Formats: sequence, structure tokens, C-alpha cells
Amino acid sequence: MQALEVSQLAKTYRNGVVALQGIDMNVAAGEFFGLLGPNGAGKSTTIGIITSLVNKSSGTVRCFGVDLDADPAGVKRQIGLVPQEFNFNQFEQVQQIVMQQAGYYGLPRREARLQTEKYLRKMGLWEKRSGNARQLSGGMKRRLMIARALVHEPRLVILDEPTAGVDIELRRATWSLMQEINDQGTTVILTTHYLEEAESLCRRIAIIDRGRIVEDTDKKTLLAKLHMETFILDLAKPAPDSLALDGYAHRLTDATTLEVDVTKERSLNEVFARLSSQNISVLSMRNKANRLEELFVTLVEKNESLT
Amino acid sequence: MNVALEEQSRLKTNLVGLQTIVIKEVVRLLRIWPQTIVPPVITTTLYFIIFGKVIGSRVGEMGGVPYMEFIVPGLVMMSVINNAYTNVVSSFFSSKFQKNVEEMLVAPMHNSVILLGYMTGGVVRALTIGTTVLLVSAFFVEEMVIYSVWITVAVAVLTATLFSIGGFINALLARKFDDVSIIPTFVLTPLTYLGGVFYSIKLLPPFWEGVSRANPIVYMVNAFRYGILQGHLKPEYIDINIYTAFAVIALFIVFLFSLALWMLNRGIGLRQ
Repeated sequence: MQALEVSQLAKTYRNGVVALQGIDMNVAAGEFFGLLGPNGAGKSTTIGIITSLVNKSSGTVRCFGVDLDADPAGVKRQIGLVPQEFNFNQFEQVQQIVMQQAGYYGLPRREARLQTEKYLRKMGLWEKRSGNARQLSGGMKRRLMIARALVHEPRLVILDEPTAGVDIELRRATWSLMQEINDQGTTVILTTHYLEEAESLCRRIAIIDRGRIVEDTDKKTLLAKLHMETFILDLAKPAPDSLALDGYAHRLTDATTLEVDVTKERSLNEVFARLSSQNISVLSMRNKANRLEELFVTLVEKNESLT
Repeated sequence: MNVALEEQSRLKTNLVGLQTIVIKEVVRLLRIWPQTIVPPVITTTLYFIIFGKVIGSRVGEMGGVPYMEFIVPGLVMMSVINNAYTNVVSSFFSSKFQKNVEEMLVAPMHNSVILLGYMTGGVVRALTIGTTVLLVSAFFVEEMVIYSVWITVAVAVLTATLFSIGGFINALLARKFDDVSIIPTFVLTPLTYLGGVFYSIKLLPPFWEGVSRANPIVYMVNAFRYGILQGHLKPEYIDINIYTAFAVIALFIVFLFSLALWMLNRGIGLRQ
């Protein structure tokens, strides 16, 4: 079953800006799907159309088999949205904000109260329930938006840059929460600038650029397209002038830091063997850049040169 | 889910959604009572003192009743009109401005539920203020007898409904806070003051009386005055036919409601 089927979706704004140029995108039920793209690529427009916040110019959207044009309410009731910007009334109480959202989705007050308590507790906001939303910290406000999106227990949760501007601790906590939601069977669509986030959470990734999907595949296939990775090796002692790694492009960034480019066909073991034969010990090793980030940049640059 | 259950579920969603918006609006109205309830009551009380007591005592009678009694229905109606309009325009525009209107737009409620919810909020505020002003007026008139409670209440509710929808349309079209006050300042206030609040339009020269009849507020003020003072007013001071007044108000409600709903469905002022 497809949670979301987007076909030939196009959007041209009144000022003439073409945001989407007929994109196709399918998200299977239960999937953790990442929608990546640079600023202005069309991510938020896509999400806006799916959630009825933006009017489409053409194309179709179906959510769990329900057509958005034929039955917008039928689509809306299946979706929970965590938008990028704080869009709740800052002067309302925390509990009131979540309860109202439950009410808008048709949960009677008693049930709404119970669901609100459940998700505010889950987000660690129950103690703050009587305070005004404006008194919350940035991280708490973001958790409030997640609680609000989940209160009606949607089948599809869309998170638009949910960890933008939050500290590492909260980002990690949000990741585990998103993972937990997905483990319970909820389909998750995530847009993010943090490619590390997409790499660790998403099973399927689409890359959108200038209103076009330039890649849409599962994460493993996507990462397999990466031809070369650069590793940074921290050496125990300064490297000798005679350092030789034939067949591997390499450079010393300082006396004890060595960067080595390893293509897909070559083995990293070979690098270690050659260093060892020259009595060079490696203390630690890391990727120079996030793998997905490299691929992302490559794909976006390729799309740029095509257009 | 079969079709009947599905329909029942959708109806329930809409009813609960409506209840939620109405509660939210009433809570807002009460939460900011120093802004919503107190100022209109003070303003109208000043009208009673200045126009009723100070100037009214020199005017004497109008239409067979003391001038103070003559202006009470007009002042109540003025409060109803202003507060119905202001409540909806400021509340809905604030939601738009803070983007929390998106909470409603992503939810599976019918657009008419959003419109009805805000209209109800406007009507509640208008009737609260209208009733308070009417109670305050009791301190300034010798005798206050309402001729027909049904006509009085019906006119107040319909007028509040009409101007709530007007406020909603204004909020949809407004792009900045200045746009929220343009219609009340440049359209509503002149029309209200020239709508027979302080005088009978029969006192005007024929030309201006004819012009005044194009002002819809004349029908509301006079219908409300009819509800309160009929039986005391001289027949020649009854400016309009009560059935015509109800027809005019109903016509405006149907037209503006349809317009507002059409705008909501098209996403005008809300969706790009």
C-alpha cells in the first residue's frame, strides 16, 4: 500500500516562480522517507500542497488511496504536520494548543484531553502545560509542535526541518522519537538540511532541486552511487617525507594528518597495510565529509549544469 | 467504513471542530476582557452622558419619546456592529499573521466550519457588549420597556452575524495590521453615524433621506428601535418597514456568507 502517491505535481506561483515542474514521488506505507534539497528547491511547496496549505497548479496527490481533489478532508485526517516555523498562538497555554488541534481533527473534548496528556508527557512538556507557549524554550516549542502533530495519531507524519536550529542533544532526542513513531507503523516523511540526519534515519531518499526530483531511491542504492570517499587518518607520529601510497590520491594536511581518497574498487585494508609496511601507525580514522552530503552536492551540481 | 458511518464520522468531526473554534474564541474574548469588553462599554456610557444627558436634555423628545430613550437602541446597535466586526477581523487576522490559522487549514474540517466558528465568536462578543450597554442604559432612562423581545433579539443576532462575516472577509483580504482598521474607520463608522443612531432619517431633506435608505445600517438600527420602542414611537418616526428590514439583513447575510465561503474555498488570502 502506498502512503503517498504524487504524480506530475506542478506549481507556478502568481509571481511567475516555477516551484515544481511535474514531480512524481511514491512513499510506501510504513516507510521513513527523506526529501532533501537545497533552499528553494521545492520541498516546502511539495509539503504545502500535500497538506492543503498551497494550491497546486496541476498533478495529483493521493494519500492512502484517497485523492486530494476528490476528498481533501479524507486526506487531511491521515496526515500530521510539523512545520518548519513555529505556527502556534504564542499567547495560548501549551495544553490548550494541543487540545485545540485534537478538536479540529474531531476528537471529543474528553478524548482530546487524554491524547493531549499522552503526547505532552511523551514530549516532556506535561509540567509546562499551564504556561504560555511563548515562555517555552526553542527546543520545547519544537517538541510542542511534534505533540500537536501526533495528537490525532495520524498514519502519515510530515516533518519539515524538525531539527533546524536545535542543539545536538535535542536533535538526537528528536531522532529517536521519529524512529519510535516509525517503528510503531507510522509513515514518516522528513525534509532536512542535515544530511547526516537523513542518512541515519531514512530508508528511502528523494533529492529535489529546482522543482525536479533528481534522485529517488533507497538509501543503500543511493550511497552505492558514491564513487569515492575521503578518509582522514590521524597518525601516531609525523609522516616521513618518503611516505608512499601508490594508486591512492593522498595529501598531508599537517604533519600527523593524512587525507586519502579511496575509490569504490579499492580496499581500505590495502591503505592500512601499506602504511604499516612503512612503520606508520594510525591512531584514528573518520570520513572527511558525510557520504550523503558528497552525493547530494554531486547530484545538485549535475542538475545545475543540465539546466 | 461504510458510507453512512463515514458521513457520521465527518459530521462529528465538523461539529467537534466547530465547538473547538467557538470555545477558543470565547476563551480569547474573556482572556483579553480589558480590550474586548471594557472599552466599548465605557465609550457607549460616554455617549449616554454627552448625547443623552447633556445635549439630549435640550433636544427634548424625538418621535414621541425622550431623546435618551430614542438613542438607546441606536447606541446598542452601534456596539453590536462594531464589536461583531472588530472581534472577527482582529482574531482571524492575528491567526493569519501568526500562521496558526494553518492549524485549522490542515485539519479535516469543512471551510464553512471555520467561518461559522469565527462568526459565532463575533456574535457572542457583540451580544455580550450589546446586552451590557442595554443594562447600562437603564441608569440613564426613566423607563425601559422592550416592545418585542423576539424582534429585538432577532435583529441583534442577525446584525451581529452580518458584521461578523464582514469582519471575516476583511481579515481574509488584509495583508498588514493597517488593513484591519481601514474598513471600520472609513466605512463602518460613517455609515453607523449616518445610519439613524442619533436621529430619525425622516428629519432629513427628501434627497438625503433617499440617500440614507441606501445605507443598510439604517435598516438594522431602525428594526432594533422598532423592537424596543414600537408602541411608544409616533408612526411617522418609524423609518422603515420591519419586514423590509429583515429581508435586507437576510439578503446581505446570504450574499456575504456565500462570498466568504467562496474565498475560503479558493484560499484567497490564505493559500498561495
